Order: sequence, then C-alpha cells, then structure tokens
Amino acid sequence: MTPDFLNTIEVILNGLMAGVMYSLVALGFVLIFKASGIFNYAQGVMALFAALTLVGFQTGQIPFAHLVNEIFGTQIHHWGPGMNNLIAILLTILVMVLFAWLVEKLVLKHLVNQEPIILFMATIGLAFFMEGVGDLMWGADLKTLDVGIPSGGSFWWEDVTRTWVSEGYEYYGMYIDLLDVWAAGIAVLLVTVLTLFSQYTKTGRALRAVADDHQAALTVGISLRSIWVIVWSIAGIVALVAGIMWGSKSGVQFSLSLIALKALPVLILGGFTSIPGAIVGGLIIGVGEKLFEFSIGPLVGGATENWFAYVLALFFLMFRPQGLFGERIIERV
Amino acid sequence: MFYRESGDFKTSYIQDQQIFPILQDRMFVAVVAAFAFLVVPFLINDYWEKSVLLPVLIWSLAAIGLNILTGYCGQVSLGTGGFMAVGAYASYKFTTAFPELNLFIVVLLSGGVTAMVGILFGLPSLRIKGFYLAVATLASQFFLVWLFNKVPWFYNYSASGQINAPERLIAGIAVTGPNAPPWATYLFCLTFVVVFALIAKNLTRGRFGRSWMAIRDMDIAAEIIGVAPLKAKLSAFSISSFYIGIAGALFFLVYLGAVEPTEAFGIDKSFLVLFMIIIGGLGSILGSFIGAAFMFLMPVLIKNILVNGLGWSPDIVAHLILMIVGGLIMFFLIVEPHGLAQLWRVAKEKLRLWPFPH
Repeated sequence: MTPDFLNTIEVILNGLMAGVMYSLVALGFVLIFKASGIFNYAQGVMALFAALTLVGFQTGQIPFAHLVNEIFGTQIHHWGPGMNNLIAILLTILVMVLFAWLVEKLVLKHLVNQEPIILFMATIGLAFFMEGVGDLMWGADLKTLDVGIPSGGSFWWEDVTRTWVSEGYEYYGMYIDLLDVWAAGIAVLLVTVLTLFSQYTKTGRALRAVADDHQAALTVGISLRSIWVIVWSIAGIVALVAGIMWGSKSGVQFSLSLIALKALPVLILGGFTSIPGAIVGGLIIGVGEKLFEFSIGPLVGGATENWFAYVLALFFLMFRPQGLFGERIIERV
Repeated sequence: MFYRESGDFKTSYIQDQQIFPILQDRMFVAVVAAFAFLVVPFLINDYWEKSVLLPVLIWSLAAIGLNILTGYCGQVSLGTGGFMAVGAYASYKFTTAFPELNLFIVVLLSGGVTAMVGILFGLPSLRIKGFYLAVATLASQFFLVWLFNKVPWFYNYSASGQINAPERLIAGIAVTGPNAPPWATYLFCLTFVVVFALIAKNLTRGRFGRSWMAIRDMDIAAEIIGVAPLKAKLSAFSISSFYIGIAGALFFLVYLGAVEPTEAFGIDKSFLVLFMIIIGGLGSILGSFIGAAFMFLMPVLIKNILVNGLGWSPDIVAHLILMIVGGLIMFFLIVEPHGLAQLWRVAKEKLRLWPFPH
C-alpha cells in the first residue's frame, strides 16, 4: 500500500472518531425530539454545563463564587480539595436531573401545544440562559477535565500500520488518539444501555409509547409530564457523557456549546427520530468533512470544515428530506 | 378621552385605508418624524451617533427584513448574518469599482444583490419548513462568511483580509469614512430606514403581505384559496434579503467602516436579530423597531450601570447579560408571544376607552 492510500485511511479513521463525538450530541437531540417533539437547541450547552459542573465538583469550586466575590468583595473560591471522580459524576447527574425538572416546571409546562418552531426558539433562549448560568456558576476560563480516560497516540497502532506500507516507501504509521477509541467504546455502550432500557423496562416502554402517540399514551394513563422530566434527565446524562468526551479532548470551554450546531446537519442526515440514524449521520458527517478537507480543502483555501456539514445537509434536504432513517415524510406544499 | 376615532370622519377610501387611522396617532408620528429629521441632527454628537442612534436604526432595518420572512411568512432563518455580509461586500465592490456612483444607488444595488442570493438560499424552503429550513439557512450563514474570508476578489486582495469603507460624498458632504460628520451619517441612515419601513408597512398591508400571512398560518389552506406558495415564499425571501442586505451595507459603510467577516457577521448576529423580532413582536413593523432598540440598548444600559456604576468586572456582567437575554426570550415566548408590540397595542386599546372602560 502506498503512503497516500494509508493517509486516506488515516483521515477516514479520524473522521469516524470525530463522527462519534457528533453522534453523542445528536443522540440527546433525538431522545428529546422523539418523546416531546421539541427540537432542543440547548443540547450542546447542556453538554457544556454538565462538563463545567463536573469540573467544578472535582476541583471543589464554590458555585457562583465569582458573582459573590464581585458583589460582597469577598475572596472565596474553593471549599476544599475536591472530590472523587465517581462521586462528582453522580452529583453531576443529580444536577442534570434537577435541571430537567426545573425546565419542565418553569418552561415546557407553559408552552404545551405551541407550534414546534416556538418551542425551538424557546430552547435557543434556554441555551443562552444556561450558558450565562454556567459561566456565572463556575467561571468562564478554560478548564481541563480529566476523569482518568487514557489519551494520547497509540504506539501499538503506529507500529502495526508501519508494516503495511509497500517496499521502497517511507511511512511512519498512523496516529490514532486513545481517547477517541474510548469515546467510540463508550458511545457503543451508551447506545446499548439506552436500547435495553427502552426495550425491557416499564419506563422505557412508556417512553416509546409517548414517542409513538402522545394522546394514546395519555389515555392509557402515562403521565406526559413525568415522562418529559425523565427524557430530559436522560438527555442530560447523554450530554454529560458528550461533555466528558469533548472536555477531555479539547478542554471545557465555550466552543463546546457550538457542537450543538454541528449536530443539526447530523440529524438532517440521519432523521430526527432515529437513534441509529443519529449514529450513522454523525459518522457520515465526520468522515465527509475530514475527507473533503483532505482532498478538496487545499484547492479552495482550507477551513471547509466550517460549512461542509451544513451544505451537505442542504443537498440532502433537497432529495431526501426525511433523512436516511427518518419515519415521517415532511409535508410539502 | 381624546384618543379615539369618534368624530374623526373619513370621507374617502384613501382616508379610510391610511396607516394611522386615528388623528392623534398621525400627529404623534408627525411630531416624532419632525423631531428625528429636524431637531436631532443639530443635537447629535459622536457618542450618540456611534453608540445609540446608528446601530439602533440599522438593526431596526435588519429586524424588519427578518420579520418579513419569519414574522409574516413564517419561515425561520438563521442566516441573517450571512446575508448582511453579502450586502456589505456587495456595497464594497460597487463603491470601489465605480467610485462616482451615488451612495444611495450603491446601497440599493447591494440590497438587490442580496435579494438574488436570498432567492438562491430560499429555494429549499419550497420543499422543507420549520427547523429543517432553519438548518438549511445555517448553511448559507457559514458558507457565505467562509466565502468572503477565502476568496480574495471580494476584499480586493487587501493584505489584511479586511474591507475598509472609502470616503464617499453626497452633495459635497462626506457620508462614509472617518471624516463624515455625525449628522450626515445619521440622516443618511434615517432616510433609508423611514422610506423602507413605510414600504414594508404597505407591503404587509397589501396583496404580498396577505399572501405571506396566509402561507404562515396554514400553507395548505393558502394554496387552496389561490395563493401560489412558490411566489409567496420566494418573494418573502427576496424582499427580506433585500432589507437585510441594505442593513448590512449601511452597517459596513456608515457604522463600522472596517469589517472582518467572521467577527462582524457571525452566527451571533443571526441570533441577535432573531431575538429582536421575538421580543419586539413577530409580524409587526413597529415591533422590529422596539425589539432592535431594546436588544441593543438593554445590554449597553446594564453594562453602564454595573461596570461603570458599581465597578463589576466586565466578563461577569457579560455572562449576566447572556442570562438575562435568554431568560427574557423564554419569558416573552411564554407570557407574551406577540412581543413588546402587543403590549403597546393593548395600551392603546385601553387608552381609547379611558376613563370609562365599560
């Protein structure tokens, strides 16, 4: 195999890994969309918020310390040495559940029966609100997140791939980040758990019933409002997983919330209502934008990753608006 | 007591169909217009021009543009920033290629160019709607900004990648560039805003506006009563983009003077204009003005009070503003989906019955 060919393979592999990250965010979107028909723009900010909270617990920061210091002139920052990873993660999950409950109580309850686009705009408002709250609570500086997932290049893989090259070429092996491999593994685990949960538990069946038909679910005695709280909690936990992965990879910072935007084309490709769709869509977008940047990027000045996903989604919309796995055909007029 | 229609008799269709049917309204508008055109230019100074009046006027124009598309025709767009960039770069290319061209014509032409681009990116709206369309417009946002960054022809191969507004005169007075007096730039923008707000008001009252609203309320029903969705949607996209393009051209030529696309026309600008029309009032021209003024001036005011008054650090205040803006959006969508304009309408209704409400 020639080095060019191997380089292409490396690009595809890295694209797949990036795609897993997009899929993780898109997954949260799909869950909420299926259960409540709400297109939750705040999913990306939820990931940011969860990661910030986790770091805050880990390092023992006092919430709103910056704000309190500013108002009262005090100098408080930390309450102690921080806590164990596991306890911090559990506490963060608790915070996300509390958040889901608050969102239902304060926002969604009042917007029942509104048009989807109104709900969409409300979640944009929610995203801005949470971004402000997150920054005020934990400070806006770039934080490093480490929960003990191995990272860095894999030497084993480099050694293996080095031997693949044909005679007479010089090749240094492929680079693959261990963190990405772990992320892929965790994503698979997450999807398996979610599938098992929705297939074999009572709550899971209730979730699927609501996703199928709101009114029918109501008539058989499923409480829509508690289902919404549960779904938003699950989406919060998925956001936490996405936040941990992205946060370990590139630090916890504002740009984390921008991956929400990248998840939109992923959903268009995969369909808004399909969990496998979110995964496949994420992988296609990941590979697509890396390959495009690799092959065509240099010809047009680079940085095509900014828009490639959206333009791909635009063309996709023209020919298959319901996405690859979507159930519902969009009405056309 | 005095604010009512009774006693104000209409004797012709023209009188019956006028924009402000109540005498007091007309007097109020006349006074405001006279104040804006005749008094403000003598009072204006650099601070008021650059930090209050110009941005509010220009954002109002952009908000009217988006309101035509989103508020009247029901098509959500997140590409406002990109279309403003088209207006800005079109005006730059026109005014550098033809330096003698009158600035009014330059701005109108750049609006026209933006309208063409708007139609192009509006084509998907014929097949998709709702947030599918919102994602499609995101494509225009990111693609256009990238294009203006990467193709040197657009910024005339300047080394910095920026575009700078050259000095242009109208009737011997500089309107763009660093030497332009505040009153000249103010009057230039005010003329555009007043003329195009009037046109927008009349468009929305007429055949076009009604077909847009029919599409917004129920597209299938609209098609059955004979509204052509193709014409209605594409006209909404083109007229909306025309307004946004003009706003972008003024934003660059008159207000900023120098522009770097990712900074000036990013996705945050698209959201800002969307928030303006949500808070001001979807489907209301007056709401576009109120929303633009509110969304632009509220953060400035909070910043002034907290940073300059209480001495808080600017980044904390910035986060607080984010929180307030997000909270307000949710509050308005829940409590008053028709925005500040609706409050104004309710106040007027009350005033007509005052002091005997029954």
